[in-house]
Amino acid sequence: MDLGALFGNFDNFLSFTMGGLVFGAIYALIALGYTMVYGVLQLINFAHSEVFMFGTFAVAWVFVLLHGTESATWSLGKALPILLVALVAAMLVSAAIALLLERFAYRPLIKKNAPKLIALISAIGASFALSEAMGLRDRFAGWFGLDDNLADYVSPDKARDVYSNPVTIQPTNLFKIGGYSVSDVDLVIIVAALVMMIALDQIVRRTRFGRGIRATAQDPEAAALMGVNSTRVVQGTFLIGGLMAGAAATLYMMKIGSTRQDAGFILGVKAFTAAVMGGIGNLRGALLGGLLLGVMENWGAAVFGSEWRDVVAFVLLVLILLVRPSGLLGESLGKARA
Amino acid sequence: MLLEVEGLCVNYGHIEAIRDISFGVEEGTVVTLIGANGAGKTTTLKTLSGLRKVRAGTVKFDGKDITHLPPFERVLMGISQSPEGRGCFPGMTVLENLDMGAYVRNDRKTAAYQADLDRVFDLFPRLKEREKQAAGSMSGGEQQMLAIGRALMAKPRLVLLDEPSMGLAPKLIQQIFSIITEINAQGTTVLLVEQNAAQALKRAHTAHVLETGEIVRSGTGAELAGDDSVKAAYLGGDV
Repeated sequence: MDLGALFGNFDNFLSFTMGGLVFGAIYALIALGYTMVYGVLQLINFAHSEVFMFGTFAVAWVFVLLHGTESATWSLGKALPILLVALVAAMLVSAAIALLLERFAYRPLIKKNAPKLIALISAIGASFALSEAMGLRDRFAGWFGLDDNLADYVSPDKARDVYSNPVTIQPTNLFKIGGYSVSDVDLVIIVAALVMMIALDQIVRRTRFGRGIRATAQDPEAAALMGVNSTRVVQGTFLIGGLMAGAAATLYMMKIGSTRQDAGFILGVKAFTAAVMGGIGNLRGALLGGLLLGVMENWGAAVFGSEWRDVVAFVLLVLILLVRPSGLLGESLGKARA
Repeated sequence: MLLEVEGLCVNYGHIEAIRDISFGVEEGTVVTLIGANGAGKTTTLKTLSGLRKVRAGTVKFDGKDITHLPPFERVLMGISQSPEGRGCFPGMTVLENLDMGAYVRNDRKTAAYQADLDRVFDLFPRLKEREKQAAGSMSGGEQQMLAIGRALMAKPRLVLLDEPSMGLAPKLIQQIFSIITEINAQGTTVLLVEQNAAQALKRAHTAHVLETGEIVRSGTGAELAGDDSVKAAYLGGDV
């Protein structure tokens, strides 16, 4: 343990904090998906990690498609046009996966009034199935004789290896906070995440669809009696969660640059942790929980060594829940006041 | 007939909650279903709103078969409900709750909407005073008013009221029933479910007695109020 590594030098402290905020912003965006679905259905969509993972592949695929497989290192400015296309593609792919999950893994169970535990098992099953399907994408292509044509995308025989974006985005330092240089990539991640969270918060508070979501979260039967189409509301929450996960996937690929069929797992667990820490079902809680988790685990990594990062993250979760079982902001999506 | 219920059967798991009930609601009238706890009154209303699955029988509204329509489509057709236990959205203000009642309407910015809001505030001045207050922090009586007002904001042709007098002080009960009569006088058809049989029969054009999921007696409100067995079972001997 080395407290000096974190607190001995203010510049180091800032740098660990900023690094944590960047990851925290990504956790927060993914956490939204967990929290929205929970708020409306009281169901943890454990397959949400795969919604994110498919988004990361969409980003890399767009770069392969528009740039090719040749390795390159670009500035953020140069990569921006393709990144924007990748953002749209990732949001669409993730949203599509989320909607498919809703349609095939949940709606039939909800219609039959199945216990929540059954839906949870269905979620875990869907999660494994999606993750493994991505790891076997070369076989699927092979069935159609397309593995040669699509080799750049499905990586025959290497589908389970790390899949990298051919274009590495080189961050440019913009300005310094204390001794920490803030890069354009960090800034884009934090600002993009905040803008999206605020937009979503406003949608839920101000629009008719948002009122439908809040009403359904507070009392599903009463909401139905008001004329809220509950199927549409549930679909809408999955859609929004998927869009946000796709955005998170793009930001993640900007920062990390590579993915794998199991890339969603630990991020999904962290994002779920963030959602629970902030108060599951609470949008602002997801933001707070995400940022807090990102910062705290980075501090923990500084003090105990980076191999302890995940231990710190989950011990933190346990401690917060022992003191505040309903999470930091406790109240649910439904009770969120306008 | 605005509403026609024909041979309706509804199950809760393997228990028959409603067995082969048939009745109609004439446009412009007040119809009441009275009966003891567990007789199937609430299940009937939930089924009419589409919250419970029908095992057998049909429900027709304005001549159209709505037996298997989802709840929101029934609201669009003009059936709204003030549910048992009020079902106010606790985290929303009075105004937001009333606004939820108008969820299916697309004239929220118009004078017609404002006029309907004013009408609800005329019926329940208390709600006007509390319009910015969270529904969850209001008394039971106030929440009951809110639930009824909210059901009216959908501009329904038929409003289903489930136990509007439940848990209210006697003075408030009188007031709620006068308002039901007034709502009806303003042109809305009312289907009222009540345990307070004396008041319900006094206000209703037509009444049905439900016992363990079946209609055992029907007539005008006055007829049933004068019926000896109804008196004995539901009116405590005398009205």
